[in-house]
Amino acid sequence: MNTVQPLELLTILIAEDSAADRMLLASILRRQGHAVLTAANGAEAVDVFRELRPHLVLMDAMMPVMDGFEAARQIKALSGENLVPIIFLTSLSENEALARCLEVGGDDFLAKPYNQVILAAKIKAMDRLRRLQATVLQQRDQIARHHEYLLNEQRVAKAVFDKVAHSGCLNAAPNIRYLQSPYALFNGDLLLAAYTPAGDMHVLLGDFTGHGLPAAVGAMPLAEVFYGMTAKGYGVSETLREMNAKLKRILPVDMFCCAILLCLSFQRRSVEVWNGGMPDGYLHHIADGEREPLAARHLPLGVLSPESFDDRTEVHPMAIGDQVFLLSDGVVDTCNADDQLFGVERLQQVFAANRQPDAVFEEIKQALRDFGGESRDDVSMVEISLLEPAQISPPALMYSDSGQSCPLDWSVSFEFRAATLKRFNPLPYLLQLLLEVHGLRAQSGALYSVLAELYSNALEHGVLGLDSSLKRNASGFARYYQQRSVRLEALEDGYIRVNLQVAPRDEGGCLTIHVEDSGKGFDVVRVMERPLDDVRLSGRGISLIRQLGRNAQWTDNGRSARVEFFWKALA
Amino acid sequence: MPVVTEISPDGKKLTISIKGRFDFAKHQEFRESYEKNHLSAIVVDLKEATYLDSSALGMLLLLRDHAGGESADIRVVNSSSDVRKILAISNFDKLFDIS
Repeated sequence: MNTVQPLELLTILIAEDSAADRMLLASILRRQGHAVLTAANGAEAVDVFRELRPHLVLMDAMMPVMDGFEAARQIKALSGENLVPIIFLTSLSENEALARCLEVGGDDFLAKPYNQVILAAKIKAMDRLRRLQATVLQQRDQIARHHEYLLNEQRVAKAVFDKVAHSGCLNAAPNIRYLQSPYALFNGDLLLAAYTPAGDMHVLLGDFTGHGLPAAVGAMPLAEVFYGMTAKGYGVSETLREMNAKLKRILPVDMFCCAILLCLSFQRRSVEVWNGGMPDGYLHHIADGEREPLAARHLPLGVLSPESFDDRTEVHPMAIGDQVFLLSDGVVDTCNADDQLFGVERLQQVFAANRQPDAVFEEIKQALRDFGGESRDDVSMVEISLLEPAQISPPALMYSDSGQSCPLDWSVSFEFRAATLKRFNPLPYLLQLLLEVHGLRAQSGALYSVLAELYSNALEHGVLGLDSSLKRNASGFARYYQQRSVRLEALEDGYIRVNLQVAPRDEGGCLTIHVEDSGKGFDVVRVMERPLDDVRLSGRGISLIRQLGRNAQWTDNGRSARVEFFWKALA
Repeated sequence: MPVVTEISPDGKKLTISIKGRFDFAKHQEFRESYEKNHLSAIVVDLKEATYLDSSALGMLLLLRDHAGGESADIRVVNSSSDVRKILAISNFDKLFDIS
């Protein structure tokens, strides 16, 4: 809205005790097209101003009752933020008196006797100033309104987003600590965590290019894919492929999302990592204090086409109490006044000086302040610890169906062949099928873990012929997973057969899982004789299956595995 | 001029030189630099670039898309160690010939 008056239509107040001068000025101004108000002393002038709000004041300095200096002060106070120019009319000639006119708030002065041309020019100049001030105020208010509007939009968007993003276990899990500015979302930072059906934990720290709303919009679909696929039991690779394909499809070419996705397995004591464009994460081995970098090996999500996307992950062994530390580039890319970056070396110095693990976030923030970096509000840090499985309690899954149509007597067989084994993970489908049986739902975690172990044993030791004794130490552990991906890529034949049988028994029922593979088998007796110890990195799969399932047995030289699950009558 | 373009004498190669911070403030100039000179071989010279942020990475992706995507012939040269670190973290060496 534009309320600025055109130049000709100013209302001008003349405060002048000499009636003759007043009339003379009034007639000059009227001739120039202005409306005129008059006052015979300072007090009157203030009253008229208060009532009629003229645009400009011509003020005699020397007047009875209240002089022009005091009147100017009061009028300036009344006009507040608006500029009401005051031009002093004066026969004073001493510099000091003229200066005083300006000190009390006058904007200019005009010497008597009046020169019409000068008067008109001064009024014009003052009107320009007045309009400028009005425009500035208007724009300031507009910016303030827009800003408030924007903040409100962000509040609403954040509330909606929090419902989606925090449907996971970020705040509930006992092993996660994180630090993120409350509006990090609008800087493109995204932190998600959720349990898999087997009780593993998936964590994603992402960073979209850009700031503000554009950076935030991509976060929604990413969060939905993450939670949806994690809950269904998809692995890191499949989830990444889906996230990349989705972002590639919906984001403009110059937008992408740097991300680090990891799967922390409490049962297998390992972490599987994929890092695309994020700064190094760190795997902190508590025993020797070493911090192993988890470097970016991939392009960010949303850059490559689904065909060229590389979903290869790295797997690292962990011990109880070990921690994974992830951070966004807000930390290492903080710049100081000389355009220097905070950098990885300074971060590592903070790590090296750290004595109290709980204080590390605060120490990093302090180091950033000491560095003199511009404070950025896109600093995200998260630390995830490996606890004993018993200390982690994934929430029970919620089911919406009534259970009246639960299938109780059936069997089904699948054969997954080489081309399928390369790319497809059948576990989510198998689990979904089994969870139609209500009696099995209470043990869905154990069921999924056992299925996953049976499947990966059949695939890795059977079909791919990998030797689990490689996993004796950390470097062998890494080599094992490298070989796994090389052999899987080259796989041309082989199969895994899965047979599921559900049968009613007494008031409850029994599930028999039978998995066969085309591999060479293994020395069942030797493996079964090994104690169920905690220290070895290998052989966890077999012991897990024996602990979680019933009557686990291997036949046909280990090529055929059978496990049972029982349930009692439902209450 | 923070973004300077130069075409090789044989008219086949476009060199785009960036001076100072390579960030969103340069996106207009950067885009114009390759849109008005439609050449297939492009060199991005970062000798005088002090810093590069994620929106600059986005601009490089736009350039790549403009120059033919997978078949684009783009070299990024003279990057400082700081700039090279940023390019390395993002694994942009998988998309561009970086030296």
